[in-house]
Amino acid sequence: MDKLISNDVKTEELVLNMGPQHPSTHGVLRLVVELEGELIVNVKPYIGYLHRCFEKHCEAMTYPQVVPYTDRMDYLASMSNNLGYAIAVERLMGIEVPERVEYIRVIMAELQRIASHLVALGTYGVDIGAFTPFLYCFIAREKILNLFEMTCGARLLYNYIWVGGLSHDIHPDFVRLTKEFIEYFKPKIVELNELLSFNKIFIERTANVGILPLETAVNYGVTGPVLRASGLKWDLRKNDPYSIYHKFDFDIPVGDGRMGTVGDSWDRYFVRVREMEESLKIIEQAIDQIPDGDVKAAIPRRIKPPKGTIYSRTENPKGELGYFIISDGSVNPFRVKVRAPSFVNLAVIGEMSKGHLVADLIAILGSLDIVLGEIDR
Amino acid sequence: MKTPGEIFEILKEKFGDKITGIETELPVEPVISVDPLAIKEVCEFLRDNDDLRFDTLMSLAGVDDANGEKTKDEDGYDIIKGGTLSVYYHLDSIQKGHKVTLKVSVEREKPEVESVESVWRAADWHEREAFDMYGIVFLNHPDLRRILMPEDWQGHPLRKDYKNPEYYQGMKVPY
Repeated sequence: MDKLISNDVKTEELVLNMGPQHPSTHGVLRLVVELEGELIVNVKPYIGYLHRCFEKHCEAMTYPQVVPYTDRMDYLASMSNNLGYAIAVERLMGIEVPERVEYIRVIMAELQRIASHLVALGTYGVDIGAFTPFLYCFIAREKILNLFEMTCGARLLYNYIWVGGLSHDIHPDFVRLTKEFIEYFKPKIVELNELLSFNKIFIERTANVGILPLETAVNYGVTGPVLRASGLKWDLRKNDPYSIYHKFDFDIPVGDGRMGTVGDSWDRYFVRVREMEESLKIIEQAIDQIPDGDVKAAIPRRIKPPKGTIYSRTENPKGELGYFIISDGSVNPFRVKVRAPSFVNLAVIGEMSKGHLVADLIAILGSLDIVLGEIDR
Repeated sequence: MKTPGEIFEILKEKFGDKITGIETELPVEPVISVDPLAIKEVCEFLRDNDDLRFDTLMSLAGVDDANGEKTKDEDGYDIIKGGTLSVYYHLDSIQKGHKVTLKVSVEREKPEVESVESVWRAADWHEREAFDMYGIVFLNHPDLRRILMPEDWQGHPLRKDYKNPEYYQGMKVPY
């Protein structure tokens, strides 16, 4: 029977175009998929649909004017983008920021990490076919956005962390409400695990799918939860510390192949769940220790870094966010290059999805947690 | 763990003239300059040497140094003749915990650099971006196409003398 088919039926590879408008591509991303029957032979991503000339804009702006532009790269983690940029320019200029600012920054960055992961986990459920967890995730995220709104008036694009300080001090109720949020959110993680993480259907769709071996991950420069799920304990908050992360006690979750193989889609998903718990730990430690001080005290009147270059990196929710800044000694940056985590993480998708079914491609893409805003910049 | 100064000494001993210098007076990080056609073998050495083990490329950035002769055209745009374009490589060693920055400079009129895509696959998209934005040609890159701009776009937007086109496919550009 097999022989009969292979002799008489002609087969050829099919090229399937997924995107740029496709509900599961998380934005305007086009994937050209080469198929042999149902199996994927190759995936080529085509990006750039959202290109807004961020780097060109920066060259025409002064250093503080760049901050709102950084908001718009990874628009699900604007606080973290602000933080990375502020730290880069501060290192270039040698500015020491007050202790109070550092504490508030860490709290904001960790709240932002939880908010970003909640979107990642919720939309991942939707990709797989589970709609309900998405709503639960967004209820919790809403509470974080309320905290941000109370602090700086914005819910998505904050422009909050400035070079040398912050745009506003925190609201008098902020500490109380953040503590309330921590108490509210702890049981919600358990709930999410019961609802989605350990759901039989969800595990069937994600375990052993899109396995990323550690060696490939490192060679491709993959970072963040995607790298950690492949089994490497690598987190810039510990390995290349910045701000005051060395003061806090927290763990780095890594993928352990509990449901299948180390580095599969389920591991990538679950690393994010556990990272939310670790972020809560950091916030819990920091929230009681915020010292007094003026959050605007260290903001320089005139930001004019000395001639030089810097590559500064921070751990964003999605991975290593690097700012490469060249200063020519004037008030405008000569060159700003952003090494966006999603940009680098997306490049590995071809390697991961070879030999899988088309339906699994959705599961693999979702597990990478990309944001097109920072890929295309 | 090695400092950039020590790494420079090791490279100088191994490659001689192909390592053209180190800038240490910069306020933050020293930069080692390398010959553009030797960058691949230098990177392979950095990756495979037991003391160095640079296993990952953090970032690769093209830069327009804008150090040539500047004139203005009738619309007030800069025209730059001569000078150099540069590529910066930021390497990181997860195993050893050290970092280093390399730099190659090429002539603006003939910007050709050896590709390091075969050393770290991470370089693939970064090199395509540098090609797209600066027109730097990476020799032996398997798939050197534009990545962020449309395929039929004219010019390289991040060059300092880039002039906006008036029309793109019949659409007015500064709309």
